Amino acid sequence: MNSLVKADIRKLGIAAVLFAAIYGMLETEIIGAFWELNLVLIMINIILATSLNMINGYTGQFSIGHAGFFAIGAYMGAIMTVKLGYDMPVALIVGTISAGIVGFLVGLPTLRLNGDYLAIATLGLGEIIRICILNIEYVGGASGLMGIPRLTTFPMAFWIMVAILFFIKNFKNSAYGRACLAIRENEIAADTMGIDTTRYKVMAFTLGASFAGTAGVLFSHYFFIAHPASFTFMRSFDILTMVVLGGLGSMTGSVTGAIVLTFISAALSDFPEWRMLIYSVAMIVLMLYRPQGLFGDKELSLQMIRSLKMGGKKNDD
Amino acid sequence: MTTEAKTETRHLLDLQNVSIVFGGLRAVSNVNMYIDEHELIGLIGPNGAGKTTAFNLITGVYVPTEGDIYFDGKRINGKKSYQVTQMGMARTFQNIRLFSELPVIDNVKIAYHMHIQYNLPEAIFRTKKYFREEDDVTEKAMELLKIFHLEEHANDLAKNLPYGAQRRLEIARALATEPKLLLLDEPAAGMNPQETKELMEMIRWLRDHFHLAILLIEHDMSLVMGVCQRIYVLEYGLCIANGTPDEIRHNKRVIEAYLGEEVS
Repeated sequence: MNSLVKADIRKLGIAAVLFAAIYGMLETEIIGAFWELNLVLIMINIILATSLNMINGYTGQFSIGHAGFFAIGAYMGAIMTVKLGYDMPVALIVGTISAGIVGFLVGLPTLRLNGDYLAIATLGLGEIIRICILNIEYVGGASGLMGIPRLTTFPMAFWIMVAILFFIKNFKNSAYGRACLAIRENEIAADTMGIDTTRYKVMAFTLGASFAGTAGVLFSHYFFIAHPASFTFMRSFDILTMVVLGGLGSMTGSVTGAIVLTFISAALSDFPEWRMLIYSVAMIVLMLYRPQGLFGDKELSLQMIRSLKMGGKKNDD
Repeated sequence: MTTEAKTETRHLLDLQNVSIVFGGLRAVSNVNMYIDEHELIGLIGPNGAGKTTAFNLITGVYVPTEGDIYFDGKRINGKKSYQVTQMGMARTFQNIRLFSELPVIDNVKIAYHMHIQYNLPEAIFRTKKYFREEDDVTEKAMELLKIFHLEEHANDLAKNLPYGAQRRLEIARALATEPKLLLLDEPAAGMNPQETKELMEMIRWLRDHFHLAILLIEHDMSLVMGVCQRIYVLEYGLCIANGTPDEIRHNKRVIEAYLGEEVS
């Protein structure tokens, strides 16, 4: 058990080194403003992808409405700072909790559905949230909520991301995570093992929605604006693509997926019309040759790298 | 009978006039059945007689249309499967339902779920309690795997086990919930005579070692006749006979149900 604690400390150490390296490069302006923006976007996407992975990958409930919770976080956070004059911590807490509450309320009835039906229900939910926002004048309606102060900083985004990754990792390796995995594997058997399947499905859904809310607050406070167009179902699919690319059920996979896809779309920002083409070709190739995603449901670890005798991939949280 | 009288039951499991209707079909009809502690009971019948439906009624997958089911002195009609399991009833499935993409050890650890005491924050911050309970569960799960000779497969995925080992793992997993009553749905399905014989020994040993009552659905007559103390026979949802293996063997209706009516 001590080795587990040590492993956690080592992972924190790696995170600190990574942080120092990137922060140093930002301060010395080796990394320019454009890539700084994309770094923050990577952090946000990592939070979105790993939190969706909790729902889709661990619990096996196919949700494609993550952008809705992302939007709730973004708007609720912005209301706190812009309209009510609170600080960033309050915005973060309110954004997280309100997305969680909506996730809970929506999860309770919809998680009775399974497979395609749940996918359609969550897809509809994401759109309903967006269209509601579109019609609320208080938050700017179709023109979006403007004048949001840039309160998100790189260190803040980084450490919140690390905290969430630790949360998800420890969640998975507990009885709670095991219950979710059991539901994914065989819901009837999980039920027969004394697991209240509804409770754990709703729990995973609520936690995933909350973290999407956190990501939303970081997002709107970095890009000055919360606009309904940022939260269409295309956003949900982007997040889902990251998760599937990395491998459903693998947290490190989701992290890798988020990094790779954000990086690709940043690198292709001068040719936006190519972006979707490369996206779709990448997905087709992946589904043909590696349908389980880059990592399957395995986690990338130092051990795994050692056994491969080469360190191809970098991030190891 | 008055309702007050009905709630009185001395048996571990007690089915009183239980029926379930699917559309126009009475899949299980007015079945009375009881099991006492430490008993080993068989439930047999031709294909489609309603054996598995009876299992599903007992374990809360279906709610009976009529009648009452009592377990451990409490009425369990309408209770969900997980609640029934938490009360001390565990089952296996006719078509194996393992958590196939998870390691063998995790299959068993999942079944200890309801005995875990630590809460979510304790799991996230990994308190001492978390480590203590996780170590405890891992140790208990390994012990169970040893009993079923699965310990060297502990880290293999469940789906990669040979068929017989998967059956054993399913029983191990059911036992991990620490039940009072174990329901086995055709445990010998697909086993050869030698394996069936070993299974017979094991079932008897399980009952004594874990102080269980066991209800067994089985097609293999030698297995049922060999281990069960009492046997219930279903045909078309009706309980046509019950008694000791000897009584059942010579029961005319049972013979008719299995072999068809005598000619001449």
